Amino acid sequence: MLLTACLIAVPVLVIVASLFQGFSPVWQHLLETVLQDYVVNSLLLMLGVGVGTLVLGVSAAWLTAMCEFPGRKLFNWALLLPMAMPAYIIAYTYTGMLDFSGPVQSALRAQVGWGHGDYYFPEIRSLGGAICMLSLVLYPYVYLLVRVAFSEQSTAVLEASRSLGKGPWKTLFLVGLPMARPAIVAGISLALMETLADFGTVDYFGVSVFTTGIFRTWYGLGELQTAAQLAAFLLLFVFVLFTLEQYSRRRLRFHHNSAQQKPSRIELQGWRGWCACALPLVIVTAGFALPAVQLATWASSRVGETDTAEFLTLVGSSFTLAAIASVCCLVIALLLGYGKRLHPGQLEHQAARVSSMGYAIPGTVIAVGVLIPFAWMDNRVDALMREHFDISTGLLLSGTLVALVFAYVVRFLAVSLQTVESGLARIRPSIDESARSLGKGPLQVLHRIHLPMLRGSLATALLLVFVDVLKELPTTLILRPFNFNTLAVRTYELASDERLADAALPALAIVLIGLLPVILMTRISSAATPYSSVRTQSQEGRP
Amino acid sequence: MSSRLALQQVSVSYGDFLAAVDVSFSLEQGQIGCLLGPSGCGKTTLLRAIAGFEPVSAGSIILRGETISRAGAQVPPERRKVGMVFQDFALFPHLNVQRNIGFGLDAMDRRARAQRVHEMLALVELQACASAYPHELSGGQQQRVALARALAPNPEILLLDEPFSNLDSELREQLASEVRELLKRNGVTAILVTHDQHEAFAMADQITLLRQGRVMQLDTPYNLYHNPRSEFVAEFIGGGNIITVSVNEAGELNDGLGKLDMSDRQWQAGDTLRLLVRPDDIEYDARSVLSLPVVSKSFRGAHYLYELELPDGQRVPCLTPSHAAINPGQNLPVRFNLQHVVVFISLGSE
Repeated sequence: MLLTACLIAVPVLVIVASLFQGFSPVWQHLLETVLQDYVVNSLLLMLGVGVGTLVLGVSAAWLTAMCEFPGRKLFNWALLLPMAMPAYIIAYTYTGMLDFSGPVQSALRAQVGWGHGDYYFPEIRSLGGAICMLSLVLYPYVYLLVRVAFSEQSTAVLEASRSLGKGPWKTLFLVGLPMARPAIVAGISLALMETLADFGTVDYFGVSVFTTGIFRTWYGLGELQTAAQLAAFLLLFVFVLFTLEQYSRRRLRFHHNSAQQKPSRIELQGWRGWCACALPLVIVTAGFALPAVQLATWASSRVGETDTAEFLTLVGSSFTLAAIASVCCLVIALLLGYGKRLHPGQLEHQAARVSSMGYAIPGTVIAVGVLIPFAWMDNRVDALMREHFDISTGLLLSGTLVALVFAYVVRFLAVSLQTVESGLARIRPSIDESARSLGKGPLQVLHRIHLPMLRGSLATALLLVFVDVLKELPTTLILRPFNFNTLAVRTYELASDERLADAALPALAIVLIGLLPVILMTRISSAATPYSSVRTQSQEGRP
Repeated sequence: MSSRLALQQVSVSYGDFLAAVDVSFSLEQGQIGCLLGPSGCGKTTLLRAIAGFEPVSAGSIILRGETISRAGAQVPPERRKVGMVFQDFALFPHLNVQRNIGFGLDAMDRRARAQRVHEMLALVELQACASAYPHELSGGQQQRVALARALAPNPEILLLDEPFSNLDSELREQLASEVRELLKRNGVTAILVTHDQHEAFAMADQITLLRQGRVMQLDTPYNLYHNPRSEFVAEFIGGGNIITVSVNEAGELNDGLGKLDMSDRQWQAGDTLRLLVRPDDIEYDARSVLSLPVVSKSFRGAHYLYELELPDGQRVPCLTPSHAAINPGQNLPVRFNLQHVVVFISLGSE
């Protein structure tokens, strides 16, 4: 247990340790040139996405939880669809639609008769564009948490405000929204963690932030040490958000009051109802339907030219990798979760906590944190072998699938751990005890009682990690073995070469697979406790 | 004739389901009323109709001469000047005690508001907790904050929805009489909703007993206990069993169960009567010729509550001082004390 936790913590420790190892001249150079950009752009991006997800998420949550209007039940789950759309894919799609030769501007020119340079058109590949793209796919974090908060608000509290002389709107702003504040803060913190972790969008839009800086420092300048130091700075941002999120979640408990009755929704009829219907419709169209249709159009236009064998190889290698990673995560999660159940001590608790930190840490950071110790180990082994046996072993671990899978486990273990733990929590301790008193050892209990009862949770854990790995771009990009391609990496490469239409097929495949957890989530969130499903959801939709 | 609150033939329905039917009662200034009944009897629905959270489908609710609810026209809750204490207290979790209490005092200026909040804190003796948040308070303290918050804007009437049900049972009756004392001292008109008769007795001047949305009896607590008008009321209020007996010309019951009070005779000889037997109607008497087998007994501290079996198999409760201990199966010598017993003429004899 402890060993696992230590192993998981290695990448983060390596990154933090890099701060104490002296700064190279490159660092000085970065400090003078781009570091300020990274900080300013990261802050602006966070500010923009924060406001964007706040407005979209809270208004959507308020409408679906507190009002009745045409199509509410549909939008209830449809508003989750953008989670299936990784930010980098929506960025590619909108660029393709909105750039000079894209359908929108072409149609505009054809209609009005303008030529090149005759008119102003907002540039999508900018900081503002990145804010829009990220807000469109990240608002579901806010939406989910706030919707639960709204629908769990005690009707009595809202009625108390009414009986004390406040009308419905005043009640919303004085009581409803303030009570949902912890949920809003937690949702935005999650969205901002995703924003910090995003690599594909900002890279494509040419916005210099930490993730692109880390990648460039390592790839372009070959300065692993400096990249690690940059990553440490990024971790500082993440840490602030992480603390904020944990704090808000603790506060959520106090703000929870049992709803005795379902709140009566505000009936929006006539034009009000259609206005209420229009908002989520626009959000879902912009965040999912439109880009999905565009991707499908591109993909079908290229389907004839696609090398089927190559595409199948791509799918095969992606799936294999995702399957290996999700099984590894599951086995470790079972080990940790079950260990915690057998010996519920402080040590085990902390071990599980440390092991689930990864979900907050950007893939770029983990990748660099994995690369450094693996390279060091390879060099040591190589030197040792050469010294004693005169054999050069070269790179044994770094640049192999082992390093990649390890990084995935660090990043996504939290997803499976959370699912397994919530599954285990549903099995009452008295069931274990009765099995033990009937003469079964711990392993037999696991085999005969827990595994059969956990089957659903285990499948969920596998699926969630599988999809996350499939979507993950920066980790794969940095750690993949030479010439090893996945759907995400291929999409990135094609898009970077401005072959957007060619990128559509792998992108569409990712989106379609990304839909699976969204479907699962809509089924869970109608049944299970909102808290656990939200915790699960917080792991998803990573770019 | 200007009562503070009057309900006139009020009905409330959810679709086809009638939650309350033809309910009428009124309260004078400073009176405390109670809506009492088993769960699902419509008592909370009526309270919510008075507060303005449920529309009435027929009849009208009149508060201080103003019709606040009638079919098709409801004054919104925020304009009714009705204070409400909710079952789960419904304190605003994001506001501290002071700000919870001051929530309804927008009309006042800052100083007047601070003054009023201070008064309310003193009233419920919570000055020490002024800046605490609701989750830091005990259940009893939360309840007092809820009370202070509802009373702060000087409502025309105070509504209490099962205000003690979230508290420990030892606290309940004590708090109920404390709250009554506080309301009476301040001349507050109030309505309490509860399913617990002890709370109702401890608080109310007047009780409306409901069953399936209809008023079964509207009376003082004393009369509800001693003069129940139906078997339902008799069984709901106070412990006791109803037994079927026959009576002769002299007022003597079958099986030597004793003799009825002849002064208020409403029965005929040979009638089959339904008799409400309270635990204190049967007394332990070592010299009695009547002795009944004990079916079960439970220890109540100063008393034992026995269940006894009559010769025809019906069972009656009997409360005796706990120094007379008889085990199940043995016989307990008892005397029926029928001075106050409640008699219903059985339908079968008519």
